[in-house]
Amino acid sequence: MNALMPGEPFNESADKTAAGGERPPAVEVLSAEKVFANGTRALAPIDLSIADGEFLTLIGPSGCGKSTLLKLIANLIEPSDGRLLWWRGEFAQVGQEGRRFAFVFQEPTLMPWARVDSNVRLPLELANISNAKAAPIVAEAIERVGLSDFARHFPRQLSGGMKMRVSIARALVTNPNLLLMDEPFGALDEFTRNRLDADLVRLWWERKLTTVFVTHSIYEAVFLSTRIIVMAANPGRIFRTMTIDQAQPRDEGFRDSPKFAAYCRELSTWLAEASLPSASGAAL
Amino acid sequence: MKPLLQSEAFVQIAAPLAVGVILIGVWEVGCRLASIPVYLFPKPSDIFASLIHHGPSLLRALMVTLRVTLQAFAAAVVIGTLIAFMFVQSRAVEVSLFPYAVLLQVTPVVAIAPLIIILVKNTQLSLTICATLVALFPIISNTTLGLRSVDPGLANYFRMNRAGRLKTLIKLRIPGALPYFFGGLRISSGLALIGAVVAEFVAGTGGRSSGLAYEILDAGFTLDIPRMFAALFLITLTGVGLFGAMVVLSRLALSNWHESEVGAET
Repeated sequence: MNALMPGEPFNESADKTAAGGERPPAVEVLSAEKVFANGTRALAPIDLSIADGEFLTLIGPSGCGKSTLLKLIANLIEPSDGRLLWWRGEFAQVGQEGRRFAFVFQEPTLMPWARVDSNVRLPLELANISNAKAAPIVAEAIERVGLSDFARHFPRQLSGGMKMRVSIARALVTNPNLLLMDEPFGALDEFTRNRLDADLVRLWWERKLTTVFVTHSIYEAVFLSTRIIVMAANPGRIFRTMTIDQAQPRDEGFRDSPKFAAYCRELSTWLAEASLPSASGAAL
Repeated sequence: MKPLLQSEAFVQIAAPLAVGVILIGVWEVGCRLASIPVYLFPKPSDIFASLIHHGPSLLRALMVTLRVTLQAFAAAVVIGTLIAFMFVQSRAVEVSLFPYAVLLQVTPVVAIAPLIIILVKNTQLSLTICATLVALFPIISNTTLGLRSVDPGLANYFRMNRAGRLKTLIKLRIPGALPYFFGGLRISSGLALIGAVVAEFVAGTGGRSSGLAYEILDAGFTLDIPRMFAALFLITLTGVGLFGAMVVLSRLALSNWHESEVGAET
């Protein structure tokens, strides 16, 4: 089932990023805030820089604006004030010079009438890439998520976890530089979720794929991330930041380590603090 | 014997068949016991004999009715689908035209048929127009509904990938509309037949190009009641056949993915 090979040779440029940040950050959020039309202040002005190749997780109580922040980063919504830069450029430049986004949501959103391979091919088709050119890319992406035997199946013949894998394969075919995931495994059982997390962290490592991930799960956040942003509500803002210092690529062994437990404990405390009424903007 | 009875497919065919056989049996025996005269209410055996006896003329009439029905059905599918596409392209078009589509639907075909028959010289054509008008509405309403009922998540995904209108239509809206479209086909195929028969009744044309409706009228004039029943039987058979064909078509197109047909193949 598992076609993802760990232990690829190190990518030099990613090393530099980790060391000193010579490459421009993938995303810069510059005092961006979001007030909805009905007056709800979803996000207070936020400053955040997402390094190239980073795995950043947004976590926090409901209403803390983590999904809103993700949508800002995805340019699905515009900030009410402040601005965002992608690779030091405006959004108009995204899509040029190989600057591509990919999205994975909680729902796999597959086309029920199309087989797995056609579903995975969709973004290439929408980008007018010929079938002949797309075929090897599609096959590779399906293999990466371990579904080679199911390429000719229909979505309804797959389990929830497999559908999510298809959704991830579909995100990979465009060879994106920025992967945005909004609680992608939220609807799956814990066992399936852990397996997909392990696969995802390997994929991310192999491709040095800058990822912004939204989750409710403390364990998932610690296992996956290089950095975790804990957010608080009323108004939505960054509460604290935690860096997970753990060698890559991570494997299941990390889950059992005392270090993992310590990170989880600390994150859990922070989340509890972030959820307290005293942590709200009124008290600040 | 038991596995056969437990087989879903066998029961689905055998059970209605058994009901039919019993009903026809009761009808035959009842008529014989009460000695009801043929000109009042014929026995199934009388109807069958008449079917054989008037076979060639009935068959020719069937072909005429079938041709009108199929032409009208095809026209309704093409026109109805085109109108549905127009409706989903622009809200303004739908708002301004939909009331007239409803108007067309609620006007009884018997009421407009004489007008059309007077206006259009060619009888075949006028009959086809009448039947098309009857068959059109389910295609329009179902296809429009289908083209609008797009999975919001997928629609969002297409938007994010900057898919154009045409691509979204071909890759997302049309496949998503197919289950609704086939639902429309099932209703419309039956309506095309009803429209054709009703229009024939109104036109009342005799001669070589007369359909099954005229056979019924003609048999009524000569009190040939078994022939009336035989023609009626052929009309019913045609309707069932059309419906069955639509069921098969929809199963072929949707059985791989849509809930309404999934499991139907087992």
